[in-house]
Amino acid sequence: MGKFKQFVTDFGLPRIIIFLFLVALFIAAPFVGVRIDASISDVLNRFGQNMLFVLAMVPMIQSGCGLNFGLSIGIIAGLIGSTLSVQFGLLGFLGFFGAVGMAIPFAIVFGWFYGMLLNKVKGEEMTIAMYVGFAGVMFMCIMWLVLPYSAPTMVWGYAGKGLRTTITIEGFYRQVLNEFMAIRIGNSFVFPTGMLLFCAFCAFLMWLFMRTKTGTAMTAVGSNPDYARASGISSDRMRTVSVIISTVLGAVGIVVFQQSYGFIQLYTAPLQMPFAAVAAILIGGASVNKASMVNVLIGAFLFQGLLTMTPSVINSALKTDISEVIRIIVSNGIIIYALTRKMKVAK
Amino acid sequence: MGQQSPILSIEHISKEFYGNVVLHDVCFDLKAGEILGLVGENGAGKTTLMRILFGMPVIAETGGYKGKIIIDGKEVNFSNPFDALDAGIGMVHQEFSLLPGFTTTENIVLNRESMKATFLNDIFGDRMSVLDRPDMKKHAEAAITKLGVKLDPDMLISEMPVGHKQFTEIAREINREQTRILVLDEPTAVLTESEAEVLLTALRNLAKLGIAIIFISHRLHEVVSVADRIVVLRDGLAVKDTPVEGVSVRDIASWMVGRSLSADIKQATEKRDFGPEILSVEHLWVDMPGETVRDINFSVRKGEILGFGGLAGQGKLGIPNGIMGLFPSGGKVRLNGKEVPLNEPRKALETGMAFVSEDRRGVGLLLDESLRWNIAFTAMQIQGKYLKPILGKLLTIRDESAMKKLTEEYIEILDIKCTSSSQKAKELSGGNQQKICLAKAFAVQPDLLFVSEPTRGIDVGAKKRVLDTLHKYNREFGMTIVMISSELEELRSICDRIAIVDEGRVAGILPPGAEMAEFGLLMSGEKTLAAQGADRG
Repeated sequence: MGKFKQFVTDFGLPRIIIFLFLVALFIAAPFVGVRIDASISDVLNRFGQNMLFVLAMVPMIQSGCGLNFGLSIGIIAGLIGSTLSVQFGLLGFLGFFGAVGMAIPFAIVFGWFYGMLLNKVKGEEMTIAMYVGFAGVMFMCIMWLVLPYSAPTMVWGYAGKGLRTTITIEGFYRQVLNEFMAIRIGNSFVFPTGMLLFCAFCAFLMWLFMRTKTGTAMTAVGSNPDYARASGISSDRMRTVSVIISTVLGAVGIVVFQQSYGFIQLYTAPLQMPFAAVAAILIGGASVNKASMVNVLIGAFLFQGLLTMTPSVINSALKTDISEVIRIIVSNGIIIYALTRKMKVAK
Repeated sequence: MGQQSPILSIEHISKEFYGNVVLHDVCFDLKAGEILGLVGENGAGKTTLMRILFGMPVIAETGGYKGKIIIDGKEVNFSNPFDALDAGIGMVHQEFSLLPGFTTTENIVLNRESMKATFLNDIFGDRMSVLDRPDMKKHAEAAITKLGVKLDPDMLISEMPVGHKQFTEIAREINREQTRILVLDEPTAVLTESEAEVLLTALRNLAKLGIAIIFISHRLHEVVSVADRIVVLRDGLAVKDTPVEGVSVRDIASWMVGRSLSADIKQATEKRDFGPEILSVEHLWVDMPGETVRDINFSVRKGEILGFGGLAGQGKLGIPNGIMGLFPSGGKVRLNGKEVPLNEPRKALETGMAFVSEDRRGVGLLLDESLRWNIAFTAMQIQGKYLKPILGKLLTIRDESAMKKLTEEYIEILDIKCTSSSQKAKELSGGNQQKICLAKAFAVQPDLLFVSEPTRGIDVGAKKRVLDTLHKYNREFGMTIVMISSELEELRSICDRIAIVDEGRVAGILPPGAEMAEFGLLMSGEKTLAAQGADRG
């Protein structure tokens, strides 16, 4: 009994409840006509698509900048990279890594400015970040129209210029990671080996980075900026570095997302993406100032599992399509729950 | 008094935190009009005991306590501080709980304001009453007079010196009609000695009015001078409960640490040879709020321990903070003949200096991180120690095992009480936290070490250990030390020379053996040194 209690406190009651709920959904699935193997495949897929966004939360949390509600800035850099890759007609793995490679410089520059801004608003980072994200997305809504893209798959057919809202990357780098060493069982179960390996590799790099001298300094800045300063660390610099890393991960994350999803989504699509990542890392047990790789993995899995299973099972049960409504209620509800709970703990 | 029955009895109180016994079977009584001095080392359980008495929620959250608290013959069990207030217990906390933007009066009568009815009351009820300010002021003034101090009832808290804040806090507690027991947890820690003296007089006045007082303090001479009875806690046990008559500071100190304190390190007569000049400071100014340094010149020779003393607010704390780059500063600082760039903490550390800050919790520690991090961090960042290469030297990461070894070494050397090297710094007591701060500075192996108020707020045992450690590092490793302290006694026990800072300038430098009166002369004003004299027993 004592051991069980200890386990509950360590793992966290909310996580156990969500986990049990998820298990219950899986059990209920066959009875309402949802295939289990397809569902598991779906959950794995979405886990891979979104894990990098969740991972992107870690550096900023650790450096004391809070949750990165402005992850859209990174996503925009990724969109620039991916559209450029399609524009230049890069195919397959070259297309994917080309997109990543071209996105990263943009992400670094954006992240640098974004970080400088956050250094000027210490204590209010999360609110400001959210507005920076919104403003960035809206600004790019104009830019997608006026930038001189010309690849026929991307521009509006009738005008010959201006990017479409949704661009297919069929034939470019669609599913290159997912299909890499993919394992198929039956008709509807696919294990996206390549994508999960890539995610694991990124998580490993982050894990390593947090153990380097710079990573250690970053955590110290988040833990006590005055201590870090007295030890000769520039907290502004560390915070900027953390924002840049977060932004770069956001950029790489969206390219991974696209290759699995099959489309580049422009305009207002990145608006809500940071929220899902924030909700996921909070479910994973991170607080506003401490996060670990375990939080990322558990959080991404539980949250995406919930998002995949709740709508499909409930839609089938109710015979009506309310998936989007449920999705919004679930993700925002979790953010509210997690944030209020974390505030209480912080006190 | 003598024969009347006790107003408060603490019977067989025990308490443990996470399996750690903090209090064990503590018993004592308190009579009306009595001042009880409660003393003990940090971590002896004083604060926990008071939290139990005051019904702080943290006690219930961590599993409650065993034993009984009896007030006026009735057993009580407070579930929150409000119950305790209703039962007549007033508490003055270590940290100020005052509203800075409110005046003295408003703070004293807060939530007990006198009300005046208006016509709106007829319609909306009592909630529409307005404040009766003249009457509030009368109440506040009554409380202040009762306390016997001078306080302006209309002054804003934010504009007051700390001493007045402390008085306001006490006045608030005694303004409550039913307050019969007053608990003061380290009320004099933030006061200057003259302010503390006024406070002690005020406490005696209150006791005469029949209020029972529990007085917790590290300043033993204050306890001896004000208390009627003394209870000594040691490792959660009440080891001594005795009337104060005939008890000396030295007796209490030895009860507290459980061993007789060896006589102060006498070194005044010792002949010492020092190396060449290691640090020279010319025309240093530092803009540190409350501790402004105006124009300081001094030099330190290798292997020396130089002390800086002086009254609070005269600028002695600004010296190390300025040289280490934590506050804006100017002037010329040379270490080993090389000029040290100011306003850059990193450069100061790189030239071979280290600093143990007076602000332990604010600057000195990573409270949420492990002891390993706390001790190894500066050495890692500045000197690249405790890192190991991986992936064929492609990357270097933290060497956790080396950090663990280092930390365990210092836990051993400094006798740090903790469960393991991965415990979080915030879970340690003040004295042990201070040892962690020292270990952090030692880990850098500096040529010159600044220690600022190394014994502030820590108990006698830890104090001695800290001073002995500094002494040992100086003698065995030839570490040059510049120590800043408000306690002259402490400076005199280990320093080779003592500089007294007054109004941001060095007023004079004396050998430690100099007469107390000479130090007194250097610290300007009408400061009495009697209090410190008492400390020597």
